Amino acid sequence: MADWFQGLHPLIQASVRVVLFFVPMFMMIPVMIWYERRLLSWMQDRIGPNRVGNITFSKTSKLVPQILRGRKIKLFGLLQPMADGAKSFFKEDFMPAKVDKFLFILAPAVFLFPAFALGATLPWGPYTLLTPISDANIGVLYVLAISSLGVYGVVLAGYSSENKYSLLGGLRASAQLISYELAMGMAIAAIAMATGSLRLTDIVSAQEGRLWGIVPGLANWNVLTPYGFIAFIVFLICMVAETNRAPFDLPECENELIAGYNTEYSTKKWVLFMMGEYVNMIVYSMLLATIFFGGWHLLPFQFDQLAREHPQISTFYELLAKLNGSSILGPVWFVAKVAVMLTCYIWIRATLPRLRYDQLMALGWKTLLPVATVNVILVALWIVATKVYSPVLGWAAFLCFGVLIVMIYRALKSVIAPKTSSLASRTLRLDMSPANVSKPEPEPELVEVAN
Amino acid sequence: MNGVPLAGYLGLALFMFSTGVVGVLVRRNPIVIFMCIELMLNAVNLTFVAFARYRVQALPDDPVLAQSQTMAGQMMVVFVMAVAAAEVAVGLGIIMAIYRLRHNIDIDDMNILKG
Amino acid sequence: MDALKITPELLLFGAAAGLAAIAAVGVVAFNNAIRSALCLVVNFFVLAFLYFTLNAEMLGVTQIVVYTGAIMVLFLFVIMLLNLGSPEALEEKRDWKRPAGLAIGALFFATIGSQILMPLMKITTVSSRDDFGGPQAIGRTLFSQYAFPFEAVSVLLLIGIVGSILLAKRRMS
Repeated sequence: MADWFQGLHPLIQASVRVVLFFVPMFMMIPVMIWYERRLLSWMQDRIGPNRVGNITFSKTSKLVPQILRGRKIKLFGLLQPMADGAKSFFKEDFMPAKVDKFLFILAPAVFLFPAFALGATLPWGPYTLLTPISDANIGVLYVLAISSLGVYGVVLAGYSSENKYSLLGGLRASAQLISYELAMGMAIAAIAMATGSLRLTDIVSAQEGRLWGIVPGLANWNVLTPYGFIAFIVFLICMVAETNRAPFDLPECENELIAGYNTEYSTKKWVLFMMGEYVNMIVYSMLLATIFFGGWHLLPFQFDQLAREHPQISTFYELLAKLNGSSILGPVWFVAKVAVMLTCYIWIRATLPRLRYDQLMALGWKTLLPVATVNVILVALWIVATKVYSPVLGWAAFLCFGVLIVMIYRALKSVIAPKTSSLASRTLRLDMSPANVSKPEPEPELVEVAN
Repeated sequence: MNGVPLAGYLGLALFMFSTGVVGVLVRRNPIVIFMCIELMLNAVNLTFVAFARYRVQALPDDPVLAQSQTMAGQMMVVFVMAVAAAEVAVGLGIIMAIYRLRHNIDIDDMNILKG
Repeated sequence: MDALKITPELLLFGAAAGLAAIAAVGVVAFNNAIRSALCLVVNFFVLAFLYFTLNAEMLGVTQIVVYTGAIMVLFLFVIMLLNLGSPEALEEKRDWKRPAGLAIGALFFATIGSQILMPLMKITTVSSRDDFGGPQAIGRTLFSQYAFPFEAVSVLLLIGIVGSILLAKRRMS
């Protein structure tokens, strides 16, 4: 089978890989729509859409066979995405009069293209002939490059709508996107440095080594290493910000700037925007699973290595390795990880309140970027210490320098920008003049409640 | 790639460069002039990379020198990209400052230094 | 010169180069600044593709990240922000410059093209290896032989950041 596949023309091979990637993505979108609405409503203590497609047979009609009279067939709203799609075809797809027609129609396509193209270097199973559409030498950097193209769809949508609110929403959204790209790039840079290669299949196979380089039997998933954990937190926050999801969905929520850059888009084009957003979520979740959670393995155990080390019970370990993901179960666990991550996306959306724009920018530039940069520096120190001396000394150096940097930062911060005393003097008030702000608020007197 | 003549890449780079020259001379919007300058810089980048790929002369024997000459074209491109990025940031800041002062960015009207 | 063999690579290169050339003309030709910027985006993207065909992968990806993903976004921001103020600030008027500029451009192309393109109708590659554009090769060279220009460029970028922040700050009156 593998020989036959390799005998085909490379263009046909690539087309097969593209189809194998695209079709599951398209199939995941309606599931994602239904799942989000039901899960979000469950978390918000209400029932989501559960009516579409429910069939209630008549109790008295003679056309209905006796068994079926009065019975209900419930579909739990699984046809809701189909109903949404049908609505989008039948609703009036108007274009405002003064818009720049070419750009207006182009913007959803320009938004959708990077969303799909992001996944071209992601491996979703151990089959090297089939998985990444292109196992490029620059795999991770390609992902960063294409994610930086996602800005154009938003900017063009905001501009071409000829609506000041849309323009401002588009500019804000794109400023948010480019700010969080930086921290994301730094987080990925730390992992790429530790792995030694930008190729995503190399990153996955480097996560099959020993945990921390020392512990036998456990696999070195990047999220279990200290630098990887910090990078994971940074990447997670940046990922949620890059896909414009809550709590970073300021550009597109309904009560802020009237739904932002997609105000003027009605049905089919708006559906394209939503599709692009969901595909972005799915592909970033895939990237997270690949870079931090060991790709297509289920558990962080080194079953292959154990099979080699203990030849007597190697068949048992090989069976465990196959169950762990080195077989057809690999893509299954990969999709399961993506599903868990999408659940986390919806969970975060249901839980956290939205960030205001200045809080959002401050988080991206003043918190995440320094943390990610310091992480890169620490990874560099760790690599040098590990290669020159030994892994244990490497981790010791990492921890010592990490603690040192945090202590220096806190010392500098207390000297340069000391925290003023009370919460009241730090909150924004309407009578903010410099005179009022510097005075600390006098404590309100306790008044006796008259009985 | 095999089969594509070096002159193809160079011809495209030359065409982009001359288009950029025409743009700088003809257009009056300073932002578009900036974009034509970026076009010229990219044409030069393409020339560097094309020559780095299609080596026209044989490499010297000294390996350090050979590697240096092999990678020199790409290093030049890296630095051109970095300098272009810095230049764009500062230049667009200047244009924004001028716009804020005069509300008019027509380049033919910016002639106060004319003696 | 003997005839070129029409290979798929030549056709692919021809298509990409044609698109890049049309986009380059579009940058200069469109009156609307946004359309010029979008043509330039297309041009840079196709140029990144051409870098990939020249095996310079790292440069191609850097082209997408830096030029298409950052510099052109900056251009689009500025054009849109200036558009908010007065739309007539971005239009073109006069006439006699156009033919003169086109003549100069054509003369330039003809002069240099005749001297350089003709002697170099040669086919590919005497270069070192196919991975000469990969991250390993670039990283090894950039951080060893070109470490000083690297650091100097980083100082330059810092100066650029500080300068642009200073230029963009509103005066606190």
